Formats: sequence, C-alpha cells, structure tokens
Amino acid sequence: MTRVEPSEQVSLPTENAARPAAGGGPWILAGRRLSHNRSAMAAATLLAIIVAVTLLAPLYAHHVAHTDPFGSNLAGRTIVDGKHVDVLQQSGGLGLGVTPIGPTWDVHHYFLGADSEGRDVAARILYGGQASLLIAVGAALGSMLIASVLALVAGFFGGLVDTLLSRLMDILWAFPVFLLAILITTVSLTQGLRFGPISISTSGVVLPIVVIALIFVPFQYRPIRGQVLTVRERDFVKAAIVQGASARWLLWEEILPNVVNTLIVFLPLVMGINLLVESGLSFLGIGVQPPAASWGSIIGDSQNLLYTRPWVAMGPGIMIVLTVVGLNVLGDGVRDAFDPNVRRLVPAA
Amino acid sequence: MSEPLLEVTDLRVSFRTEEGLAPAVDGVSFTLDRGEVLGIVGESGSGKSVTMLSVMRLIVDPNAVFGGKILFKGRNLLEMSRGQIQRIRGAKIAMIFQDPMTSLNPVYRVGWQITEQIQAHAELTKRQARERALELLAGVGIPNPRARIDDYPHQFSGGMRQRVMVAMALSCSPELLIADEPTTALDVTIQAQILKLIKELRSESGSSVVLITHDMGVVADIADRVVVMYAGRIVEQGDKRDLFYDPQHPYTWGLLGSIARLDRPKGERLASIPGMPPSLINRPPGCHFQPRCVHRVERCSVEDPALTDKLGNGHVDACHLDASVKRRDRVLGSAPTGSS
Amino acid sequence: MGTFIVRRTLWTLLVLISISVLVFLLFFSIPGIDPAVAMAGRNPDPATIRAISHAFGLDRALPIQYLLMMKHLFVTRDLQSYTNQGIRVIPEIAAAAPVTLSLVAGAVVLWLVFSIGIGLVAAVFRGRAIDRILMILGLIGIATPSFLLGEAANIVTQSKLHDTPLFHWVPPLGYTPLSQDPVMWFKHLIIPWVVLASAQFIGLYSRILRSSLLDVMHEDYVRTARAKGLSERRVLIRHVLRTSMITFVSLFGLDLGSLVGGGVVLIEVVFALPGVGLLTFQAASGLDLPVIMATIMYGAFFIVLANLLVDIGYTWLDPRIRPA
Repeated sequence: MTRVEPSEQVSLPTENAARPAAGGGPWILAGRRLSHNRSAMAAATLLAIIVAVTLLAPLYAHHVAHTDPFGSNLAGRTIVDGKHVDVLQQSGGLGLGVTPIGPTWDVHHYFLGADSEGRDVAARILYGGQASLLIAVGAALGSMLIASVLALVAGFFGGLVDTLLSRLMDILWAFPVFLLAILITTVSLTQGLRFGPISISTSGVVLPIVVIALIFVPFQYRPIRGQVLTVRERDFVKAAIVQGASARWLLWEEILPNVVNTLIVFLPLVMGINLLVESGLSFLGIGVQPPAASWGSIIGDSQNLLYTRPWVAMGPGIMIVLTVVGLNVLGDGVRDAFDPNVRRLVPAA
Repeated sequence: MSEPLLEVTDLRVSFRTEEGLAPAVDGVSFTLDRGEVLGIVGESGSGKSVTMLSVMRLIVDPNAVFGGKILFKGRNLLEMSRGQIQRIRGAKIAMIFQDPMTSLNPVYRVGWQITEQIQAHAELTKRQARERALELLAGVGIPNPRARIDDYPHQFSGGMRQRVMVAMALSCSPELLIADEPTTALDVTIQAQILKLIKELRSESGSSVVLITHDMGVVADIADRVVVMYAGRIVEQGDKRDLFYDPQHPYTWGLLGSIARLDRPKGERLASIPGMPPSLINRPPGCHFQPRCVHRVERCSVEDPALTDKLGNGHVDACHLDASVKRRDRVLGSAPTGSS
Repeated sequence: MGTFIVRRTLWTLLVLISISVLVFLLFFSIPGIDPAVAMAGRNPDPATIRAISHAFGLDRALPIQYLLMMKHLFVTRDLQSYTNQGIRVIPEIAAAAPVTLSLVAGAVVLWLVFSIGIGLVAAVFRGRAIDRILMILGLIGIATPSFLLGEAANIVTQSKLHDTPLFHWVPPLGYTPLSQDPVMWFKHLIIPWVVLASAQFIGLYSRILRSSLLDVMHEDYVRTARAKGLSERRVLIRHVLRTSMITFVSLFGLDLGSLVGGGVVLIEVVFALPGVGLLTFQAASGLDLPVIMATIMYGAFFIVLANLLVDIGYTWLDPRIRPA
C-alpha cells in the first residue's frame, strides 16, 4: 500500500499543515491532485488505450484481418495453421447446421473466431466499441445538458416553476427506469422518434443516445438543482442580488462554474452507468440496430452460439467490464480531486 | 504522596503524512498528583489535545507513531493491550470532549448511552444501571431527569448535552477526568456552570482533573498547576500563582495578554500574538516560538532552549532570556521593542 | 400521522395517474400507430380493422380511450391484451409477479448479507491487502452487466462443467413455482440469485457501506464510545454500523423497488424466468399497450411503495427526523 487513503490522512491538529503547498485555481489544484492519484492515472491510461484501439478498428479490419465486419461471409474460407478451412463449419451429426470457426489466436485470420454470419468477431468488437463509447459519452452529455437547463430554469425562477419541475421529476423517479427505456425504444423503433417537427433516425447510435439521455434526466436533475440553490443561497450572492446584480452575472460567474464542476465530477461515473444500460438494451436487441453493432448487441447476437463459441459473448463482455472499471476508478479519482464529499448521483441501472 | 497518579515522560506523537513525518507532540513530560487539577493551555495545534488523547489511547489513526511513556498508577498505558485499556477507559480515566453537539451518538437515547458505559464496567442489571443514570443526570443538574432520560441528544440544548457528557464521564467514578475544552462551544453563562460542576466533582470525589483549554481565564478559575504548550512542546510549567504572577515565557505573556480584564485602563487593546503557529513539518530552527517573539535575540534562532528551573521553585520555562531581563521587558508590555 | 398517511396516499395516486397518462401519451403520441391493424392479422380488410377498432374502443377520442383503459384495468379488472386476443392482463401479471418476487427476494438476502459483511471487513482492515482485494472485486462486480455474468454462469453450469458433479444438479433454464416443488424452485433460482446479487449490487453496496463506515469512524461520538471503554466490536456494530445504515437503507429501498418493479428483465431473459420484466419486454416488442400499461403501473406501485418504506425506515433509524 503506497498511497495514503484520503479518508485516513490525518486531519492535522493545526490548520497550517493542511494548507495546500502552492496556489492555483480549484481546477489546477484538482488536476494536480488527480495526476498524483496513481489508480486514477492507470484507469485513464486504460481508457485511452481502449479508445485508441476502437478508433483503429478500420485499420485492423482492412489491413490486418482483411475482412468486412458488417457483411455476411457465409461461404468464406480462412487459414488456420497453414490450412484452408471454412469459416462456417459443418457441425458433427445429422445436419445440425453450421458452427462458426472458433478463436484462432491469429490476428490475421479470425483472431476471436467468427459469428453466425461468418463475420470476424475481433473486428466487430472494435467497431462495436466505437458505438458503445459514443453512446456512453453522448448520452451522458445529453442528459447532463437537459438536466442542467431544467435545473437552471427551476433554480433561477424558483416558485411555481421550480415546484412544478421538481414534482414532475419526482414522478419520473417512480418510473421503472429500464422498462421506460424499453418502452420508448420499442415504440420509436416501429414508429420513428419524433419530437414535433424533429424526427430522429432510429438506425445507428442516435436512438440509444436519446433514450438513455432522457431516462437519466430525473436522476441528474436533483443534485444539479441542489447545486444551483446552494449557490443562490450564499451570502455574497444574495447580497449581489439585493444590490441588483444582473441575472447574466449570476449565471455565468457564479452558478455555471459550480454546476460545471459538479458535472465533471459525475461525468465518468455517469458514462459507466450509460455503458451498462446501453449494453443491456442492445443485448435485448433494442439498442444499436443492425448493421451497426455495439458490445451489447454482439453479445445479444451470440445467443445461439453461447455454448459452442463462448468467446463471441465473452470478448465484448470483457471490454465492457474493463471500460466500466476504468470509468469508475477514474470517476472516483476525479471526485476525490474536486471534492471528497459528494455522493452518488444515480442508482444502479 | 509517593507515586503520582499520572506520569508522562518524554511523550512523542507523530503522524505520517504525504509531506513527511509531522510531530504533533514532541517530548512532553509532566506529572499529576491525586486530587490535583492541571490546566494545559496553548493555541490550537499546540499538541495539548493530542497529548491527552494519547493518554486515553484514543488516537486510532494508523499513521500515528508513539514514543515515550505514560504511566497511570505506575503502569504504562502505551504498552497495554486493547482489553486492558478498555477496562481503564471510562472506568478509571474518563474524558469530556469539546463539542457536546457531536460527541453524543444522535441515534440513541441519552439514558441508553449512559447505561451502556455503566454496564461496560460494572455488573449491574439494566434497572440498576438506569437508576444510577438517573442519579447522575440529577447530579449534573438536569431538571426532571426521569422525563429526560429517554430523550435523544438533539432534544437537549448544548449546555444540557455537556451536562449529559459530564454525567456519563462520572458514571464510573473515575480517578482521572480529562476535559478537552469542555466549555469552548458553550455560552459564557453555561461555561461557568460546567466549570462549577467540574470543581464540585473534584471536591466531592477527590478525582484528579486535566483541563485542556486555550483560555487562560478558565485555567485561572480552577487549575492548581498550569502547563503551557507551544508547537508540540511544553514551554512553561508551574503553580498557577507563580505562572500568573511571574510568567517566564514570552508566549505565556501573550496568552495572558489576551484575557479581557476589567481592571485595565480603557482604550488599551487586547494584546494578541503576531503571526501563526508554525507548521508541524517545517519547524523554525532554534526556539519554535522565535519567529513570533518580539524579544528574540540571536541565540534564539540557533539554539533550542531547554526547560529549566531558573527560579528554583519548580517553575520551569524554555526561554534563553534571563529572568531579570524578562521582568523588565514584561513591565514594558508586549509592545515591540524593535524587531532585531 | 393521519395527515401523513392521507398525503402519502394522495401522492401515490398522483404518481400512478401521471405515469399512466405518460405511458398512454408516449404510446399514442406517435402518429400512424394503430393497434387495430396489428390485431387484424395479415392483409386485413378495412371492415375488420374498423370492427376491431370499435371492439377495443380505439375509434374513440384519446381521453375516453384512456379512461376506458383505466376502468378495465382497475375497476372491472378485465383489461385484455391487444396482441394475444382473449388474454386478460391482470392474471398475466399475477402469474409473473411471484417469479420476479422470488428472484429478487433471494438475491436481496445474498446482497444484504454479503455487502454488509464485506463492507465491515474492508472498513476494519482499511488499507490492508484484504481491503484492496475486496474493493477491486467489488469494482469488477459493479462493472459487470448482469446479463453477461448470467451468460457466463450458463456457459459454466449448463455446458462446460455441467457433466461434472459440481454442477450436475443444475436443472435446464426455466422456473418451477415454490408451491409446486420447493427444491426445484431453489435449484432454478440459486444461480440467478447469485448472479443478480454479484453483478453490481454486492460490489456497489459494500463500497458504499465501507465509505460511510469510514466517514462515521471519524465522528466525535465514535471517539466518545471508545472513551467509554466499550469493546472495539461493540463500537463498530452498535455505534458505527448503526449510523452508517442510514445511507445504506435509503439507496437499498430505491434499488429494491426498481428491481421488483421489473428492473430484473435482463436476468429473466438470460435464465428464461417468466417474470414481470420479461412480460413487459415482450409486450413492448409487440406494442401491446394494455400489458405495458399494467406492468408499468405495477412497477411504479412497487417503487412508490419502496420509497414509502425507505421514509419509514429512515425515521426509525434516525430519530433526528422523527416528529417530536
């Protein structure tokens, strides 16, 4: 154990010793604290590698594995140990159908084997990572944006607006989150997603981003609103309001910086939760729609191969676990760096 | 009396921190006789609380390092097993803490919290322990204890809570009572009542008391002897009369100067000590107080003064200046005499 | 107390009504949706569609349709499915609920026992190897999607190691009611219980408990408890754990509500357990509004109920918020 646990550091019996070593704004200070946190730095490195690897998906697919991860390759052949073999092999027994080739552990030829369409699983995992990560980030930013706007409106106008919005959010709290996501998605998948004149394509990653962003708004609204109210209630802010400070000053100089701090602290943790929710939806077939793939949808597609070719499910599964572990460790580090006293934002998905 | 109740010898307590080893208590020695009231004074961070928490073995921080000896009735508390120390804590040595608002567990009734301590040390039935708790609550002046015993701490005022803390501390008739700033968080009138309670305890049961405070006024009220601490060390120690009428360390002068007095000429400002106590990790060279001392000489920043009994009456201090020089400077007051 | 009950009941009603309206609007806000077309089968003639529309009241104004649906759901209790004609919704839910409740109940026992145990051990041995190992395991648990762990469990117990004595007892995926065969019920559910508890919950709750234990350990009243001469064990259980449970219980209630309310759909899919989550998922896939409406009402009811229990538990655990 090399690191002194933050909660165990002595609250030194003098205020002096606890004084930070040097000046700098809260951001610089937090950044410095974060960069001294070894686990957080290791997590950040892991995440950077995962992002880099998924971004290199086209390179891998076209130049290393020479496959098209989105087209079926039912009659394809490949090379294992120098011998040409079918990608989809006849199963033993009486016409029980075909079984895709298993992991060859050869990066040029179906490293992790093929799926039931004869597609290269390794290449699909890399592409799937792009979708999964994009959804996690997009939905986190989306729900934070919506929640912040609502919370700012509520905190700013107060009174009836605040009461109504807060009550509405309380009601949405009682919605079974995952069922709500299923409901919105299935309805949208058949009918298209439309908000008045805006219609959103249901293919690709947009629908899951919108759905996941929407369902977590109520959970992020509460702490952000709390933040806005806390800032408003500070004595000097109150004094400034009494002296006629402009709403713009209040918003830009006082409220937004605080809200942004809160958001940054929560961003990695929220992304982790989003990634899990996305994988669940895609696993059920109502997340990312084919031909696009995400880690969750690859696992979902591999249902009939579960016992014969477990790597098709476990490969993307391991990627999900690694990414979410990384996000959580980084998130804890960021939280400790900014403020050791914040609480969990959303419940488990 | 042959053997003192408490004998602290060269106590050292340091904390491992990210920036290095922070010595909070740096070679503190003192004794306490039976029935004696000792006042330990100093600013926050002087190590006075850490010293007495070490006596209770209440510093559970894994980063704390201890050295020296703490003899209680001849046995070294620092070497006792957990079980042995648990039999002493609360029974032979009891402690009252600074903030009565946070020192009682908010989720249990006060009666429960008192009987819990009684039953930890005495073979009493629930009913007997409860009767004892009622006596104690009445003894510390809680009106209508039978009605209040099943209330929760948040239903009491700050002063009443501190009375509950005192009742709890007295529940097993301790031989030594440690009071860590027992009145700091309270109103002035309540302060006086709590101090009176502690004085009564001492006269009734003959217990020894260690009173930790930063308030010289409180010490003047009840202490027999006074220890002045600065930056983890004792800088002056003596009988209350000697120390108040002939203080030897410039730091003590500063502390005495910060008592508001009615017999001073109007318009004279309360003296305060300039500067801040040093960081635990980067101690100034020589005397730790010298950067804030208006009387310092060259020697102060080079040589660390030892505690010596210059007056020959058991009144010791750690300052390089001669007693005569100090008497002269003191009369001139703590006004700066040129910062050489 | 009386006003409290009245207010909570009114609030519950308001929540349920709002959620039903929301579901209804969500379903019908999208133009072009017509359940009658789906119900009429392949290539229906307009007359059939009209007849079905009329039979289900789909040709009425939306508010009327909503009220009719509520009447059939709560008053006459004979609401029928759109897609499985003649099937009544309430008996469907009544059949699915025990499955979900069995699944959640067993998992909750594991999850509470293990998270409290692990949290305590980690807090007591904070900073030591055992603490680090437990917390890393917890982190992996948190990061593992339940369906993934479920599939891994299936690979091991249904396929790879099924023919070894270790997992030979594991029955094929499915469910047996408790009343029918308790042993089989247990055999069917034990693996889903372990999976549900280990994916996310044990890890999450042991970490939360550990950190709130460590917070409480620094409280003044814990120092007082030690100063009283209590044993470390008593200090830990009666003083530290007792107050730490306040945070734990509030989060626990929320998660429990959402699980019973259908949040276990992924586990139900992976282990072929015909519970409420699976029912909702199938209904949603078939755009079967009556079933969706009923399951979401059921889920929301449990969440509101769990919130209420949390509030009651809170006042019991923390006398400071108890009315004088």
